[in-house]
Amino acid sequence: MHEMSLAEGILRIIEDQAAERGFDRVLRVRVEVGRLAGVEVAALRFSFDAVMNNSVAESAVLEIIDTPGQGWCLDCGTSVEISALYDACPLCGGYRVQATGGMDMRVLDLEVDTVDPQPSGSGRPAR
Amino acid sequence: MVRIEQDILGKNNAYANSNREHFQQHGILALNLVSSPGSGKTSLLTATIERLQGRYPVSVIEGDQQTSNDAERIRATGAPAVQVNTGKGCHLDAHMVGHAVQHLKLEERGLLLIENVGNLVCPSAFDLGEAHKVVILSVTEGEDKPLKYPDMFHASDLMILNKIDLLPYVDFDVERCIEYARRINPRLEVLQVSARTGEGMDSWLNWLQTAMGPESAAPVDDVEALRRRVAELEAALQEARQGR
Repeated sequence: MHEMSLAEGILRIIEDQAAERGFDRVLRVRVEVGRLAGVEVAALRFSFDAVMNNSVAESAVLEIIDTPGQGWCLDCGTSVEISALYDACPLCGGYRVQATGGMDMRVLDLEVDTVDPQPSGSGRPAR
Repeated sequence: MVRIEQDILGKNNAYANSNREHFQQHGILALNLVSSPGSGKTSLLTATIERLQGRYPVSVIEGDQQTSNDAERIRATGAPAVQVNTGKGCHLDAHMVGHAVQHLKLEERGLLLIENVGNLVCPSAFDLGEAHKVVILSVTEGEDKPLKYPDMFHASDLMILNKIDLLPYVDFDVERCIEYARRINPRLEVLQVSARTGEGMDSWLNWLQTAMGPESAAPVDDVEALRRRVAELEAALQEARQGR
């Protein structure tokens, strides 16, 4: 949907963290995207590359962790796995399923690099 | 490794929460009206404002990519309106709404109608601090829109089927549309309305009345009100125990 805004949201989070923790480069960004979050992963990857340009995360790899969709079937009174908001309950085939999980989109963690302040030093991974 | 665990929309949600607090403190009912372009949102708004005259103060935030045409239509009814142009953006966000609110002098116990950008996709993800999202679908569109754009119907509490005066001229299956919408969102309330002829407008005004709460109620400090309610319930429980 609005993947460009999401990529900008990711960049804001990264820049806030960079200011706070003082890293210079981001090697990897792990983002959790629920299957019911309405995010088009290919579009997010495309926007991510465009938005991270000229930032600390310019060459960062985007790793997307996909979490399954969960719903509560009102008729079965059970939690079930669904892959779309319009899915029927896999147990009873009814549509009275309320989505309960897999709607999140979160930045989980960053793998970062701090450039050694000594002129002879090169990058050193900060783990 | 830097652990973060932050919602990507966290900034927006923080602004939305501060808008929501502001609305609650002043007893303002804020609704986020979402739909595709051309569903008749602005006509529904002007018809609503005309009928609410003398009942509650109504203010409007109009979101569009360009032009202030809609805000002008609203101002023609006498209601204060602020136009937000999103430029290339496809949705309003909570920060824009917070700014717009500063330009509107919202009255206590009023209704704030936020007309989002005509778009059935992106506005679903952005909380503006509203009490409810209301999705408007017109019968000149396909009845399968809820299945095609599920996120919006999932995020909304009420669906208004608009332009029902045109039903004799279009192949729109109302029952099927409602069934599709409830597949996505079993809790969804549905109203059938024609802003043009006024049919169904009373049910919409009643819905608004219920959402506003009793007219006599003064704006309450939520925490204080909840504390009082907890105290009342505890006293009742105590009594019930002693009665046993």
